Amino acid sequence: MHELSITRSVVAIVAERAAGQRVTRVRLEIGRLSAVVPDAIRFCFDLCAANTPLAGAALQIDEIPGRGRCDACCAEFALTMPAGRCPRCGAGSLRLISGQEMNIKEMEVEPCA
Amino acid sequence: MCVTCGCANSGEAIVETHEWRAHRGPDGHEHVHADGTRHTHAHSRPHTHPHTRAGGARGGHAPAADAGLVRLEQQILGKNQLIAERNRGWFAGRGILALNLVSSPGAGKTTLLERTLADLKSAIKASVIEGDQATSNDAERIRATGVEAIQINTGAGCHLEADMVERALAVLQPEAGSVVMIENVGNLVCPALFDLGERAKVVIFSITEGEDKPLKYPHMFGAAEVLLLNKMDLAPHLRFDAARAVDNALSVNPRLRVFRVSAVTGEGLAPWYAWLRGELAAARL
Repeated sequence: MHELSITRSVVAIVAERAAGQRVTRVRLEIGRLSAVVPDAIRFCFDLCAANTPLAGAALQIDEIPGRGRCDACCAEFALTMPAGRCPRCGAGSLRLISGQEMNIKEMEVEPCA
Repeated sequence: MCVTCGCANSGEAIVETHEWRAHRGPDGHEHVHADGTRHTHAHSRPHTHPHTRAGGARGGHAPAADAGLVRLEQQILGKNQLIAERNRGWFAGRGILALNLVSSPGAGKTTLLERTLADLKSAIKASVIEGDQATSNDAERIRATGVEAIQINTGAGCHLEADMVERALAVLQPEAGSVVMIENVGNLVCPALFDLGERAKVVIFSITEGEDKPLKYPHMFGAAEVLLLNKMDLAPHLRFDAARAVDNALSVNPRLRVFRVSAVTGEGLAPWYAWLRGELAAARL
């Protein structure tokens, strides 16, 4: 379950950037072709966030749909798997243009008193 | 680095969503956009004007604490990637060929490695990093062939990460111009996501598994460059359709180089060895 180590990374990165401020919300961007399951991240998040500046923070995950472009005919199309054939010309060589994201977009910190 | 433009504005939190504000460092920051627009944001503190959110769009200077929202734009696996690239440079500087061997548990990674190392002993100097959740059985098997090996136990971890390899290299101290084989934890999911700094991932797929395995684990087959279809000696006893399995693998990754081998009988290993030698020669350049 790589989501646990991925969630740990998220918490470590955000805690470092928060520099002691309490974090109330974290927004991630996870591509649907990234082999990361958002529900598993949600499951791990509260556990990993406990006893850190992220404790109790809300987690928002934006899921990015997969898209590919055919190397042969340049068609662009939706993808549900990180591989496949071009639906237009049938070529097997394609480039993933979105869906592999694994980014921390932003955090919301509690305003200083 | 600023993700909006690639400029080196690191450290300070990047605030709000307006592009010009995203480029503001603590002491001001000058920045030229692609269209030639130049922004200079001198920013002395303390300010004498009021900070209002409403004024933001017109150039108010709301600091992070006021806004509450801090843009991070950071890759979650960025740290692993950074260390992986450092490992890659370390290998390149020494002319070392590093390969990341991945498979399901029981596909025959260690047996294939033992056979490869034994067959190439006189031609290639090699060492091995063994990844398993527990035990040092595999490292001991490799050491029994006379090849240096170091075991990494990942405990609960289901894959190797770049920093583990970095630490293993410090102990292993592989020779310049040698081959480092990294045998990952038996798992077709997680190791696909973690770059270790290898030259290529080699996926070992045995014919006692299902032909549709590449379709079930497209990330791993997509990330690999070489596929070793192992245990071919068992073909007469199984109903495994090798051609269909290879077709499935190529449908996921048309760039895969496929070798059909048996680590037990030695069948089909010569082309794999030729590939290894070629890659090592390229790494030594």
